[in-house]
Amino acid sequence: MKIFGKRSLLILFLLLIGSSGLFAADNTHIDSGATAWMLTSTALVLLMIPGLAMFYGGLVRSKNVLGTIMHSFVAMGIISVLWVVVGYSMSFGKNVLGGWFGWDSNYFFLKGIDTNIMDAGIPEYVFTMFQGKFAIITPALIAGAFAERVNFKAYCFFIAIWSLLVYNPLCHWVWASDGFLFHLGAKGAIDFAGGTVVHISAGVSGLVAALFLGARRGYPYQVIRPNNMVITMLGAGLLWVGWFGFNAGSSVSSGLSTAQALTATQVAAASGALFWILIESFHQGKATALGFASGILAGLVAVTPAAGVVQPYGAMILGILASTICYMGIQLKNKLGYDDSLDAFGIHGIGGIVGALLLTFLIRPSWMHDAAASAVGGKWTVWNQFGVQALAVTIAIVYAAVMTFLIIFILNKFIKFKSTENDEMAGLDRSYHGERGYGMLNPS
Amino acid sequence: MKLITAIIREVQLDKVREALIEADIKRITVSRVSGHGQQRIEEMYRGQIIIPDLIPKIRIEIGVNDAFVDITVNTILKAARTDGEGNVGDGKIFITPLEECIRIRTGERGGTAI
Repeated sequence: MKIFGKRSLLILFLLLIGSSGLFAADNTHIDSGATAWMLTSTALVLLMIPGLAMFYGGLVRSKNVLGTIMHSFVAMGIISVLWVVVGYSMSFGKNVLGGWFGWDSNYFFLKGIDTNIMDAGIPEYVFTMFQGKFAIITPALIAGAFAERVNFKAYCFFIAIWSLLVYNPLCHWVWASDGFLFHLGAKGAIDFAGGTVVHISAGVSGLVAALFLGARRGYPYQVIRPNNMVITMLGAGLLWVGWFGFNAGSSVSSGLSTAQALTATQVAAASGALFWILIESFHQGKATALGFASGILAGLVAVTPAAGVVQPYGAMILGILASTICYMGIQLKNKLGYDDSLDAFGIHGIGGIVGALLLTFLIRPSWMHDAAASAVGGKWTVWNQFGVQALAVTIAIVYAAVMTFLIIFILNKFIKFKSTENDEMAGLDRSYHGERGYGMLNPS
Repeated sequence: MKLITAIIREVQLDKVREALIEADIKRITVSRVSGHGQQRIEEMYRGQIIIPDLIPKIRIEIGVNDAFVDITVNTILKAARTDGEGNVGDGKIFITPLEECIRIRTGERGGTAI
């Protein structure tokens, strides 16, 4: 900063803004139906972030409620800004550094897309903002793994760096037209709306972070109860609603594939939720509200990669399997005793892996037919596709785990990632925000 | 029998509770209260520094037999005092005589019911 003073930064900023508008619109027409749905989807996916804030916020103790909610909200600030500056370019630009991530100088500050209309008939701004919402929610999901014990400043730096070094490259590999996972096998690794990019990467990173930080004070001997299950349930509801934008919007159109994705989403969420409380009823004797909410999320997470390729019966099976395996995963967590506080790995990591792998056996026949047609030799079996899925999942797990560990390890040298004992006891709200979530609980 | 009532900082609750459990004093009642004391805390509200009238505190109530008064009080003193030397706002301990104590389940009275 000493060499590169404030004034020169300002001049650079003005130059960047001044050079926009070089690229005129091409001749593609706007498809107003698709654009309208994509605008709606963009808003719906944004709605998931306050939804997630409520879901997580209700599950922590009252002294941490605002801090936990801020983990989601601050992501809307940090990642939105980063996304516009470099994120979109790194994710959807052309391959650079051997395809590690993308880059396109037209996407830097979005300066070259002012009048762009994409082939799908939507303004590129809409696609950018839609994808930007995914970039926001992914690091916010991680926060569930280390809730109630993380330094706010360190968290802010963490999600910024994580977004640049983990999310953007993964997004590029899976969704950019020249990403290497996009071309794996006959028709690419299937990740319709972000099972690998969003949920597996967030879940695995959360697990690594939770193991690195260690457990909360008193865990697991001291009972740590949710402060407000009501906002948790409302948050889960908002996530379900928002997920229609997340999945159905990922068709980047307004047509048949949108309808297929939307239906699969509803079916998986419902069957996941229902099956979770069934298992719970048999295992523990009571159907809990938190169980229902967890089932909703497990089903939704599992159908996220699959929404474009499974039919309703497939979505139902995925929901059921996701709930069953996530439920067992959480039982195992309790046995192992690590502190994935709000089950970011238990739901998003495990659910994402279940969805990405098992969708293979539930793909609609027409997709397999198309895949066979484009495969070398004209044959493409379920097991071929399973190999592709397994490879994509493994790459995501290993990459997210290694990079997250490196980021936290290095960041921890500069800012202590874990709250000090006093900060943790006083609560995140007081220690990092100087506020109280529920001032009205006391006469004051 | 005595009733020990301690008004402490919210942030010290975990420490006091853990210390009491360690001293084998496990039957306590905790409530949130607000009150006036010598302490003035500043809070930020919309960029303004304000000083709220009533400050949130935690009240701990413990009924003990006479032999346990000292250890209870000392444990609370040690755990609730901040920064080693103490600060304004660390709170107070009140000790009042306790006339009777009855366990609802069995109806037994006096020292054994505590």
